[in-house]
Amino acid sequence: MIEIKDLHKSYQMGSNSLHVLKGLNFSIDEGELVAIMGSSGSGKSTLLNILGMLDEADTGEYTLDGVPIKNLNETKAAKYRNKFLGFVFQSFNLINYKTAMENVALPLYYQRVARKEREEKALKYLQQVGLKEWATHLPSELSGGQKQRVAIARAMAAEPKVLLADEPTGALDSKTSYEVMDLIQKINDQGNTILVVTHEEDIAHMCKRIVHLKDGVIVEDKKVEQVRASQYV
Amino acid sequence: MFSRDNWKEIFETIQKNKLRTFLSGFTVALGILIFVVLFGFGNGLINTFDDFFGDDATNVFYVFTGRTTMPYKGYKANRTIEFDNSDLEDIKKNFPLFLEYITPRITRQDTVKYKNESNTYPIWGVGPAHQFSEMNIMMKGRYLNVEDIKNKTKNAVVGRLVEKDLFGAQNALGKYIDVGGSMFKVIGVFQDDGGDREERNIVIPYTTQQLIEKNTDKIDAMVIGFKPEIGYAGAMGFEKSLDEFIRSKKYISPQDQNGIFIRNVADQLKQNQQFARVLQIIVAFVAFGTIIAGIIGISNIMVFVVKERTKELGIRKALGATPKTVIGTILLESVFITTISGFAGMLIGIAILSSMGEKLEDFFITNPYIDIRMAVIATIVLIIFGAIAGYVPARRAARIKPIVALRDE
Repeated sequence: MIEIKDLHKSYQMGSNSLHVLKGLNFSIDEGELVAIMGSSGSGKSTLLNILGMLDEADTGEYTLDGVPIKNLNETKAAKYRNKFLGFVFQSFNLINYKTAMENVALPLYYQRVARKEREEKALKYLQQVGLKEWATHLPSELSGGQKQRVAIARAMAAEPKVLLADEPTGALDSKTSYEVMDLIQKINDQGNTILVVTHEEDIAHMCKRIVHLKDGVIVEDKKVEQVRASQYV
Repeated sequence: MFSRDNWKEIFETIQKNKLRTFLSGFTVALGILIFVVLFGFGNGLINTFDDFFGDDATNVFYVFTGRTTMPYKGYKANRTIEFDNSDLEDIKKNFPLFLEYITPRITRQDTVKYKNESNTYPIWGVGPAHQFSEMNIMMKGRYLNVEDIKNKTKNAVVGRLVEKDLFGAQNALGKYIDVGGSMFKVIGVFQDDGGDREERNIVIPYTTQQLIEKNTDKIDAMVIGFKPEIGYAGAMGFEKSLDEFIRSKKYISPQDQNGIFIRNVADQLKQNQQFARVLQIIVAFVAFGTIIAGIIGISNIMVFVVKERTKELGIRKALGATPKTVIGTILLESVFITTISGFAGMLIGIAILSSMGEKLEDFFITNPYIDIRMAVIATIVLIIFGAIAGYVPARRAARIKPIVALRDE
């Protein structure tokens, strides 16, 4: 599903150049649940941004579902993001003046799905994350965990190939974190490919595979025995 | 870009961001409102001007008498100058090339009665040409003619409002009115653009007035119409020779500021027109400034709006909004708000202007109005510039990478 070869990325910081990614190689198959771990500055967020087409690599190859991702202009990147990827952010990033349902329906709006169908789909995904009764509520009326679940429903609504989650539990307490991870595991159980960036060991062990990044290189890439989050909920 | 779905999205955004909508709408509405009202007031000032000076013919001299202040050719100072009928004939004889018409004017005031109605009106003893100098328009009947003058008839021509005052809904034509004790037959009713005052005049043959006043031949003033084709320079020359002619006939020192006065309407009109033009330029300048201020206002708000929405736009981009849709949404939204509020401001402004009417006449503003086309053009200009002002920050916002926009503060 995802394949990267010899990925390099550096940032220009004044006169110095900061080499963040130093030749990454790995691939992710369909249906995997991968945790990308590393301390801050290890390059994990940069990697996720490149995978999410929010940023572009300097050199190297990136193939997503057989499509080479390179020389993207803004419009093309936006279309690929909409078609291939779902994002879950640490700070939820819901639009605060839209209700839960409208937030979930937004990616479908950019896919030019008709309004009625959008609403039906949004409700379906809200039900999946257990928030159907909260459909007409604004984000300000939801708790942190509920917001993240709405964000996950939004990411799923466009039916993406890959779900990218950047510290999805970073702003949540541990109980809520496990609830969110439980949801992510269930979505993965349905066969969806998911990438989770985290720096928390316990969250990483709820995935099926851990890729350890340190100073821009992969130091460890191992399959792990998945810890089910449901036992903590 | 204009699908129903997009509009719905825009309406929702507008509805749910009321402060933002209000701010941008208010700026535009206020800008246009002030523009319309200012421009209308400017036009009102110009109207007042036209009312003051525009109702009489412009190829006219008014010649008045006064008291001399200097001794001259054996005559003492402080002598009252008077015109009589012979002066009319002399001027006619001496200036045939310039003169188009001449009429005396004897100005009196008297109580006029018809049945139970009575009122005091200015009574003007004049000649037939007076109709041209005053630009009276006959509504019915006729004006005084040469026969009236020759036969000293007791015929009167009354203003529109005199008929209304004394006769109500009745027809005044052919009725007899009592003017200071003498009965006059109404032979005509006139109207005048000069306003109510001018339509409350009664004119009678000057010869009749002289007859009533113990058969005198004195006249108060002369109204002299010159041929328009002599032009402005010709009129000035005519005024000068007329002045010299009357002074020599009446023995008035050429240096005497009093004695006689000639009011040259053409000269005054030229000055007034210049003043009105300057006024118009000032008004246009102020109005232009208002529009500029409006454009700056809407630009500021657009910058603020886009800044405020940076994060939202970043989210939308991450979810698949292309730069084009981002710019399109912002622009459509701003154009929609500015259009609605711009035209609302314009209509309110026009409503204010038309409700004013003559209420501000004390401030020299009569019937303020604005050419609708002018108001619409100004509104459209503001909308277009609002869109341009919105486009620049919108384009910048569309270019911001979502990761930058989404970075946690």
